[in-house]
Amino acid sequence: MGDHFRVENLSISFGGLKAVDGVSFDVEPNTIFSIIGPNGSGKTTIFNLICGIYHPHSGRIILEGRNIVGLKPDRIARLGIARTFQNIELFGNATVMDNIMLGRHIHMKTGVFSGAFMWWRGSRAAQEEIVHREEVEKIIDFLDLQSVRDQFVSSLPYGKRKLVELGRALALKPKVLLLDEPSAGMNTEEKEDLSIWIKDIREDYKVTILLIEHDMNMIMGISDRVICLNYGRKIAEGLPQEVQKHPEVIEAYLGEEDIFRHA
Amino acid sequence: MDMKRDYYEDVQLFESNVVLFWTVVLLVFLFTLPLYVPSYRFSLFNLVLVHVILAVGLNILVGNTGQISLGHAGFFAIGAYGTTLLMTKLGLPFVLALPLAAFISSAFGFILGLPALRLEGPYLSIATLGFGLTVTHIIGHWDFFGGRTGLQVPPLDLGGGFILKTDVQKYYLILIITIFLVLSARNLLKTRVGRAFVAIRDSDIAAEVIGVNLLIYKTLSFAVSAFYAGIAGGLFGFVLGFFNPEPFNLILSIVFLVMIVVGGLGAIAGSIMGATLITILQYSLLKNIKEVPYVGPFMVDISSRWFTVIGLENLNSIVLGLIMIAIVIFEPLGIYGIWLRIKKYWRTWPF
Ligand SMILES: Nc1ncnc2c1ncn2[C@@H]1O[C@H](COP(=O)(O)OP(=O)(O)O)[C@@H](O)[C@H]1O
Ligand SMILES: [Mg+2]
Repeated sequence: MGDHFRVENLSISFGGLKAVDGVSFDVEPNTIFSIIGPNGSGKTTIFNLICGIYHPHSGRIILEGRNIVGLKPDRIARLGIARTFQNIELFGNATVMDNIMLGRHIHMKTGVFSGAFMWWRGSRAAQEEIVHREEVEKIIDFLDLQSVRDQFVSSLPYGKRKLVELGRALALKPKVLLLDEPSAGMNTEEKEDLSIWIKDIREDYKVTILLIEHDMNMIMGISDRVICLNYGRKIAEGLPQEVQKHPEVIEAYLGEEDIFRHA
Repeated sequence: MDMKRDYYEDVQLFESNVVLFWTVVLLVFLFTLPLYVPSYRFSLFNLVLVHVILAVGLNILVGNTGQISLGHAGFFAIGAYGTTLLMTKLGLPFVLALPLAAFISSAFGFILGLPALRLEGPYLSIATLGFGLTVTHIIGHWDFFGGRTGLQVPPLDLGGGFILKTDVQKYYLILIITIFLVLSARNLLKTRVGRAFVAIRDSDIAAEVIGVNLLIYKTLSFAVSAFYAGIAGGLFGFVLGFFNPEPFNLILSIVFLVMIVVGGLGAIAGSIMGATLITILQYSLLKNIKEVPYVGPFMVDISSRWFTVIGLENLNSIVLGLIMIAIVIFEPLGIYGIWLRIKKYWRTWPF
């Protein structure tokens, strides 16, 4: 078993409902690892467990050999896990620039006093701002957000906001990046762009990506490995093609829209 | 896109030469104000400046961090009593007593901020309300704090016997402190800590997930805000010359909130405009209106006849209330929002 990132026997229930039930998986460094499954099968809950928003009733989450269960979300972020949310969680009344700058928070040092004393270019706070704004500008260029750089996030269309959230997560320079349905609400063309970006991110940022997706084209196109959940349990794991053909997976999706049609 | 963007431009004090120009104009105006305005007005102006300091601090907490405080009169009182007592009882010079009192206020802010991690909305309001009431209660009942009779403020000695006596002299001191604190707040909000405050306001779950420690930054926001209130309170003592627990009540805490809501939440310019307008309205305009023949007595009469149970005239509260309601309905961004719209209008004028 690899020590890069793995989840062991993870379980949590809400009331009587077992939202995640004994799930284990192991992710190789610098790969794209996808989680699929019908609505309500526990995918988002797994992300919430990984980043410390929920605490599991049992199980372990290992990042680089260390169990991170029980740590608070801000500690986990510092250890190198960043995420996006299924229902976008941005800072609506801040600009695109400021949102992504917030992704640099853990890499910056300016405090109350050094911040308040940003009187001239040479001040510590100003120097730090310059360095990190340069960094953020690269992300803005990469995600093609230059045209909305100084706009308030709340005024942006849905697709752009998804990208800002991705940018903010990238700004953390995480070791593991969790993307929760990043292509939701995008048209085919935007989805193709996104697929390319995700592959580029894996290369350029040397990051491990956990991806929750509904779009099977995207899953088939970019995943190195896939697991499928149903009612909180892992019912299949393997290469994309293997999981796609798995009888239990096909059964789980019966009644759902025909998402395998294009694959 | 230009290849080499200068990122200092994003955060520098004066975003453009236009801003620099108007800032200089404003500063020259403020520093030469005693040339155009009779000196008896400066007691009011000093009060305006004190309220500007407080409002800027309160807005960091309420407008930028999204926390509420119904207890800022408490911090204001700690600043006033702290500064005066540190000078009279411990013999500290003013230049030490003022910041020290503000840091004491700030420490109380930090402690009050601790429950903010668990309490939200109405519950936090009650906690801060309780704090404000407790402070007023304590200073009103301990002889050490002068009790009901109050405290005489010592001479404002800047050191070496350089004593500020007149309102105009005090005006210059308070003006310089105000400018310094307003610009510091602006710097703070432009940098890492200020952004973390805004993150907490807009989505505390996302703030945590990007690594913002909620406990640290919520308490920090309270502490910063209380520091500003402490400085404002310390200076307030010298504006009055003599004070007792009476003014530091719940109504004052609410008037402070009115200032930033009317001025514009989350905007420094809004704090300045709101504090200025409300102070002048409360301490000058409304008093004068009452003295206008016919109209004044008529309005006072209406208010005491129809708008109160105990028959006391309460024109002030009615006007403040009406302004609040109008702001909430017509321009949630406050005067600052109106100002932004005017600016936008002129930028695109005459097209
Ligand atoms: N905080 C919560 N309280 C109660 N039930 C929850 C909570 N979070 C998730 N659930 C339940 O857990 C199950 C899995 O949800 P989720 O992980 O969001 O599914 P998915 O992302 O796969 O669509 C659902 O039945 C959902 O209602
Ligand atoms: Mg989900």
